[in-house]
Amino acid sequence: MAAQVPALPAIRLSWWIDDARIRRMLLRLFAAALAVFIGIPLLTLVLWSFAGEWFWPNLIPTQWSLRWWQEVLENPRVTNAMFLSFTIAPVVTLLTALVAIPAGYAFARLDVPFRRTLLLLFLIPNAFPRIGLYVSLAVLYYQIGLIDTYWGIVFLHMIGTMVYMTWITTATFRSIDPHLEEAARDAGASPLRAFFSVVLPLAMPGIIVASLFSFLASVDEAQGTLIVGTPHYITMPVLLYTLISSFQRPVAAVFSVLLALPSLLLLIVAQRYLHSEYVAAGLGRV
Amino acid sequence: MAEVDLRGVSKGYKDTTAVDDLSLHIKDREFVALLGPSGCGKTTTLRMLAGFIRPDSGQILIDGKDVTNVPPERRPTAMVFQSYALWPHMTVADNIAFGLRLRRLPKTEVEDRTGRMLEVVGLPGVMKRYPSQLSGGQQQRVALARALVLGPKILLLDEPLSNLDAKLRVRMRDEIRRIQQELQITTVYVTHDQEEALTMADRIAVMNKGVLQQVGDALDIYDRPATAFVADFIGSSNLLSGTLRLAGPTAVAQVGEARVPVEADGLPDGAAVTVSARPEDMEVLRAPAPDAFRLEDPRLVNFGAYKRLLGRHPAFGQLEARVPKAFALGKEPVYLRFTRARAFTSDEGDRS
Repeated sequence: MAAQVPALPAIRLSWWIDDARIRRMLLRLFAAALAVFIGIPLLTLVLWSFAGEWFWPNLIPTQWSLRWWQEVLENPRVTNAMFLSFTIAPVVTLLTALVAIPAGYAFARLDVPFRRTLLLLFLIPNAFPRIGLYVSLAVLYYQIGLIDTYWGIVFLHMIGTMVYMTWITTATFRSIDPHLEEAARDAGASPLRAFFSVVLPLAMPGIIVASLFSFLASVDEAQGTLIVGTPHYITMPVLLYTLISSFQRPVAAVFSVLLALPSLLLLIVAQRYLHSEYVAAGLGRV
Repeated sequence: MAEVDLRGVSKGYKDTTAVDDLSLHIKDREFVALLGPSGCGKTTTLRMLAGFIRPDSGQILIDGKDVTNVPPERRPTAMVFQSYALWPHMTVADNIAFGLRLRRLPKTEVEDRTGRMLEVVGLPGVMKRYPSQLSGGQQQRVALARALVLGPKILLLDEPLSNLDAKLRVRMRDEIRRIQQELQITTVYVTHDQEEALTMADRIAVMNKGVLQQVGDALDIYDRPATAFVADFIGSSNLLSGTLRLAGPTAVAQVGEARVPVEADGLPDGAAVTVSARPEDMEVLRAPAPDAFRLEDPRLVNFGAYKRLLGRHPAFGQLEARVPKAFALGKEPVYLRFTRARAFTSDEGDRS
């Protein structure tokens, strides 16, 4: 047996992490920075959307008005775009989930050959400037008649959302103890039954987060939609681009708030759901 | 009736053999412990019994029926997992009732059997709780209830007590044995803890490196180990390596310059052997004797009820003897004599 080597005196470079006061201060600083960088631009948007009159150097508008909101909401192009965006996003999310949940499960549990390579393959669309991909996709769409169609946009959005969904669900499924599934089999459940009764409910938080990302990514996508969807399929962010250049600033602000609203709502809903007792019990492993 | 028959079962992974040609017969209502160090193949064997792993070769029979290729949901076995594997999103009652509901039993019967099973495992009144709200010992009982509620023919337990603290472990040990006796259920119990195996099981199957070393009751395994590995793994032993010398009816092992009288069933003269002697089979003498060896650097370790006398010998290396608690060392030398030592072929010993 080798002689015991005396332990070196521990050198800690992260001493400040140990000091509770410093740690708390850093945390507050970070939160404040976050609030400034995200909150202030958002707040400015909200203020602009309700501004009747707002000249430099006033910090808040000198006159309030709902005029811009009225103008935007009465514009049929806007309501059409809203309708289109909110009919595309759920379909994209649903279709993505239908493909990505089984794929994620397979990547997590089964002995898929070239697992790493396949997972990386999903990342490729994100590794290059998207615009090149969209242009070549548009060329393809022209040939197969998907250009300027609803499904053309849906498939284009799915290129991006598949990545979130597959990666997040793979990680989620992998975090679930395989013995839980075996216990269900042992109690008499078929593989499919074990999946639906045990694995899927436990994976729900991860799947919801992934769906949320997909939904928002679809609502937000402008580049590709602009290329393959014009002139008939104009979604909200695509319209926003035109609005920014041709309308007054408050109109763009109203529109941005409209675009941010679903994200905010979804996040609040998800937050409540993810904190519910059911999920707490599901994740509360000892 | 629930018998298990493993016939020449083997299972290998990429470059290792997890279970090597294992044959074992488990009788009806018998409690058999699969005992061995980690990686010895005991869990693989259990998982093959449950149906989670398909053997590469060999057959598994339950009550004479070949179940080798039957999936776990259609085997009459129920397993208690080391991690308990309780479903965290279901209440205790739902956990236990899961299998009953799959079988579409009427609601009243499901409730009835669930409640009764919680009483059997001594845990009434936790039906509506979630597993995370229970202590480790309680989760263990729920896992047991979930396995037993379906009335399996064979109960499989995979190191069920290893996550409990020492005191609770002893209590659950007796509890599991009591339940097994009460329900008269054939049980296979995997453990690396010899105390568990020796106290709970009717028979113990000792495994090492995928090979079944010996099957027998506690006394067999302890008193008549079949291989040097078993002698070393069960209890503690003084192990020496030497060469066997046969002279008529007596056998001795030549260890360096020294000779130790041994029992050597049928081993040939000149065989390389591992000699094993229990600490309690070492006699301590205060004066030299013909077949006694002087113990160098003797020291005592107190174990409360008894003491251990440790020391060295130039030929044997470290030696250990069990002595009464009143034993004390003086200035005078101490000598050890082997009152009972067994010789095993060294091939087997090298595998440990």
